[in-house]
Amino acid sequence: MNKKSILRQAAAYPHIVWAILFIIAPLIFVAYYAFTDKEGNFTFSNIASLAEASYLEVFLRSVCFAFLATVICLVIAYPVAYFISRTSPKAQRILIMLITLPQWLNFLIRTYSWMALLEDNGIINSFLGLIGIEPIHMINTPFAVILGMVYNFLPYMIIPLHSVMSKIDPRLYEAAADLGCNPIKTMFKVVFPLSRSGIISGITMVFVPSISTFYISQKLGGGNFDLIGDTIERQFQTAYNYNLGAAMSFVLMILIIISMAIMNKYSDEDGGVIV
Amino acid sequence: MNEKKIIEPKGVTFVDNSEEVQYKKIVQLKNVAKSFDGEIILDHINLDVHEKEFMTLLGPSGCGKTTTLRIIAGFVTPDTGDVMFDDVKINDVPPYKRHVNTVFQKYALFPHLNVYENIAFALRLNKVSEEEIYKRVEEMLAMVNLRGFEKRDVNLLSGGQQQRVAIARALINNPKVLLLDEPLGALDLKLRKDMQNELKNIQRRTGITFIYVTHDQEEALSMSDTVVVMADGKIQQIGTPTDIYNEPQNAFVADFIGESNIIDGVMLDDYRVRFSGHEFECLDKGFDKNEPVDVVVRPEDVDVVEEGKGMLVGTVTSVTFKGVHYEIIVSIKDFKWMIQSTDYVEPNKKIGIYIEPDAIHIMKKSEYSNMFGDYSSFSDELERLSDTTEEDE
Repeated sequence: MNKKSILRQAAAYPHIVWAILFIIAPLIFVAYYAFTDKEGNFTFSNIASLAEASYLEVFLRSVCFAFLATVICLVIAYPVAYFISRTSPKAQRILIMLITLPQWLNFLIRTYSWMALLEDNGIINSFLGLIGIEPIHMINTPFAVILGMVYNFLPYMIIPLHSVMSKIDPRLYEAAADLGCNPIKTMFKVVFPLSRSGIISGITMVFVPSISTFYISQKLGGGNFDLIGDTIERQFQTAYNYNLGAAMSFVLMILIIISMAIMNKYSDEDGGVIV
Repeated sequence: MNEKKIIEPKGVTFVDNSEEVQYKKIVQLKNVAKSFDGEIILDHINLDVHEKEFMTLLGPSGCGKTTTLRIIAGFVTPDTGDVMFDDVKINDVPPYKRHVNTVFQKYALFPHLNVYENIAFALRLNKVSEEEIYKRVEEMLAMVNLRGFEKRDVNLLSGGQQQRVAIARALINNPKVLLLDEPLGALDLKLRKDMQNELKNIQRRTGITFIYVTHDQEEALSMSDTVVVMADGKIQQIGTPTDIYNEPQNAFVADFIGESNIIDGVMLDDYRVRFSGHEFECLDKGFDKNEPVDVVVRPEDVDVVEEGKGMLVGTVTSVTFKGVHYEIIVSIKDFKWMIQSTDYVEPNKKIGIYIEPDAIHIMKKSEYSNMFGDYSSFSDELERLSDTTEEDE
């Protein structure tokens, strides 16, 4: 073995140590707590107790909300990313910066701002009142929670889509137009199939944080819509039931792994999928 | 000013269509101009393309030939002037509604579709039945010699095969006009020759108008019915390959098409011209008395004779064997001539040269006078470099 490859190996050590300390070890702890009772005896009861209707409801709601948020993000982000990818390289850099700009503000502040906007006598309703429209109840509804998810995670959909689309050879657009595609048909016949890997990455990057968020649902849902994240948080922060909390985390992880596996199946040979 | 018998240059076969009937105009450019960022790309050009015609836009890179093609395809909108198709103005018709198809420079095949689906693309858009699609794709595959390639991944095909797929894809809709943008530029020489023949055959068989862009003068001469020589955003000359070769309009055309000695001369009278200190008989007339002109003499039309028996006397400065002939550079009154001869001559020897009246072609002075036609700095290597630095405008 030559010197170079030893050095190269050595370069990997910090990451290996990092991975063991902060990825592998916590996973082992989660698994340990999930499968033990308070005395430390092995048990399936934590996992089994999640089959209770109230928990199933939480899981189902989380999946539904995350699914809806992901679909809405995709529908909004796709044309935006397509539009951005067709502008000049300079305009692309500026537009992408503008898309990520809100992310420079703290997540909590952004969510509080939405509360101020959506409240019954908040900014939007005051404005509607001015133009003579009855106030609309928005805060503490599923609408508000999903809106919060879409707002916060939309850039994570736009960026991978844009990065794939900007790599599509512009001559293919011309070829499509030449053969009879109007811009809409070009999007479906050429851009869509060629941006599949970006769609998969985008879905992953929105779905995963959406399904595990707790803050958005607490602030914009007013605690009426418990999501998995909220339930887990409560087990650790209020109920001090680490075993149950760990069991939920464990199940959530399995859920995410399953959804990811399904998506990877559809991304087939495209590769380059960030998971 | 030009009535002389046709001189067939060696190694180039011309398609003589002088007796064919005049076909209807299908594409017309009327006073079309285009600038990008203040730089003039096309300077008010007029061009008529006829049905069943094989027209080549020929010129060096940056001459505006690709832009002309893109204007016809609809990818570029002219600043001024009209684009007519079948006598209808189509300036504002988007590309996807035009009855033209394009073979792109680097093919632009859809990487997510196989050979069959690439070719079927246009038909699928028109909701053609599956059997009809199958029939026509198979026909196209047979035409471009790609039978059995249906399921192949286009990314794994060779350049020549990709080229064929691109041609089949563009032809399947039976366009009235096929636009080809340097389609053979990326192929090696042997393959290029084969594809030239095939393209010409396809054009004859289908009767589709081809508008072909190239910077390769030999390609243009051997394939086209009409050659349009372009430079600096202007059309320099439109004519049959024979016209373009034998009767170039100015020094640019004479230099760009084949090899030429372009000498300063004075037209003494009809049929009499003086250059290199000697008076020659020629076949051109209609110039003013004592009008300064550019005289073109093709290297293959100069006869090498003994020192005393020639019209001009010069010193051989270099001799290169080229297979078919020797390429001889001769210095005559400080002007370097290129002569192609099958006879060998000694370097540094004094020789006489003899020029027949029909080998002399007289051109009016133009902005390109004195820019070309002297072989003092000639080298094969430079020639090749200038041929291959071609990319896109």
